[in-house]
Amino acid sequence: MKTSRYAHIFFLAPALITLLVFFFLPVLAALLMSATDFDVYALGNFGRARFLFLENYRRALEDPLFWKALFNTFYFVMVGGPLTILVSLAAAVALNAKILRFRKFFRLAFFLPVVTTLVAVAVVWRYLYHPRYGMINYLLSGFGIEPIDWLGDPTWAMPALILLAVWKNFGYNMLIFLAGLQAIPETLYESARIDGANWWQQQFYITIPQLAPTSIFVTIITIIGYFQLFAEPFVMTQGGPLNATLSIVLYLYQQGFRWWQMGYASSIAFILFFILIVLGLVQELVRRRINRGGAV
Amino acid sequence: MKNKLWSILFHLGMLLVAVITVFPFWWMLCASLMPSGEASDFPPRFFPETFTAEHYINLFSRLNLGRYFLNSLLLALGVTLFSLLVNSMAGFAFAKFRFRGRTPLFAGLISAMIIPGQVTMLPVFLLLNKMGLLNSYFGVILPTMASIFGIFLIRQYLQGVPDSLIEAARIDGAGEWLIYWKIILPLAKPVLVTLALFTFMGSWNDFLWPLIVLTREDLYTLPVALSSLLGEHVQDVELMMAGSVVTVVPVLVVFLALQKYYLQGIMIGGVKE
Repeated sequence: MKTSRYAHIFFLAPALITLLVFFFLPVLAALLMSATDFDVYALGNFGRARFLFLENYRRALEDPLFWKALFNTFYFVMVGGPLTILVSLAAAVALNAKILRFRKFFRLAFFLPVVTTLVAVAVVWRYLYHPRYGMINYLLSGFGIEPIDWLGDPTWAMPALILLAVWKNFGYNMLIFLAGLQAIPETLYESARIDGANWWQQQFYITIPQLAPTSIFVTIITIIGYFQLFAEPFVMTQGGPLNATLSIVLYLYQQGFRWWQMGYASSIAFILFFILIVLGLVQELVRRRINRGGAV
Repeated sequence: MKNKLWSILFHLGMLLVAVITVFPFWWMLCASLMPSGEASDFPPRFFPETFTAEHYINLFSRLNLGRYFLNSLLLALGVTLFSLLVNSMAGFAFAKFRFRGRTPLFAGLISAMIIPGQVTMLPVFLLLNKMGLLNSYFGVILPTMASIFGIFLIRQYLQGVPDSLIEAARIDGAGEWLIYWKIILPLAKPVLVTLALFTFMGSWNDFLWPLIVLTREDLYTLPVALSSLLGEHVQDVELMMAGSVVTVVPVLVVFLALQKYYLQGIMIGGVKE
């Protein structure tokens, strides 16, 4: 038996080196940049950047547009996230129902939006939302609802993006929930029925607790994804009207690549990162608590 | 009797949801085939009155869409090829070699998945600028080819492959590269297809990274081209819809052909513990 002691290095090197150069070192570089006034002048000559310590972070805290972007992003995540998860859970339970026929057809239809190109879909929805000839207002008028200027009215623009996001993304979580549902042993439901539990009770006392680990996973990937909201406002509203759909990543992009305020943009990126880490820790705590509860 | 009624209602409800998920694609396709102006009629039409391919012809002959299509395709194929090689090698090492620091290294990679790509975006842009790789395919391929998710996917799959196969080959004197190339890769075919599918679709649909790296117009990918086309042609609904069809159809076809593998990927990725 002769295997080279260092063979693993050869196999790991290409992936780890690219991850190091294009991912891990840039994280450190971004941290460093966030402490400087790196701008368009520093672009040609890195020496032009001056060290500012936490000045950019202070600037962010005093920047009303940053707060607006932060608020909008939280709005999108806190309303869109739970809505997406509820719809995907309901769809998964429905797809798992024994009486359902044409199961594969429905699963495919529900999943189609997930695989399609976000930018193309956003372009299509932009027209569906059109205040005059858009299909959505036309259908709503059938219920006597007055035309809504979905993307032009600051009140409605964010709900419009949320609706699109739910439509686009629920199918992904649905499949993960479906896998979770199919892993629940049928005998649990059988014994519950023998004890006289009705359908709602079975869902509440068996399905939901059994799905807890899956739900945490789905929640965290949905939230992480939604915090990175970018293409929808970029294509549909450019962050408007009146900055009602300006998201953190869109603001970061504008600061970094339109105004070349790369130091400031890096500090915004790190604030986003920090928020995600806090959420990750919360998720870990919840997971541990549930695991402990499950063992008792 | 009551059960039958309930079943019909249930199926009608499901059908309604399916209509909602599919309808935007239906309208996109119909509007792309309408003569100019028909898609902005009121009340809106659910079907073209007369069919025309003029917008598709216009897109490919005048608006350079063929070039953008080619850019998207070459990039997606390039990223996929490199990603398969690099991630399968690393996945193999994590699954089948015992070395010091393996567990913490892997755990570290997994927890790094929480770092949002936007954090690294600015320094990587500067790095590519220094390397002269802005406005080149490699500027998009290099930073995206190694993926932690890809390594994870391959590793999970290969852990199910018995060590005895590899041991036997080693006793026969096969080198590690030969084992990887002749035994591991053929065995891992299903998961490689899954990874290829995810990578191809991810690259085809990606927007932010090509938007930043490929600023020269002749290098645009379809999503970037579509978004810039919107600036000038926002009134040409039918034209924009034709562009959307061209963007969406290839990825739909690839998905429909290989959906079995896509679902397996979600199972491996989703039921991790």
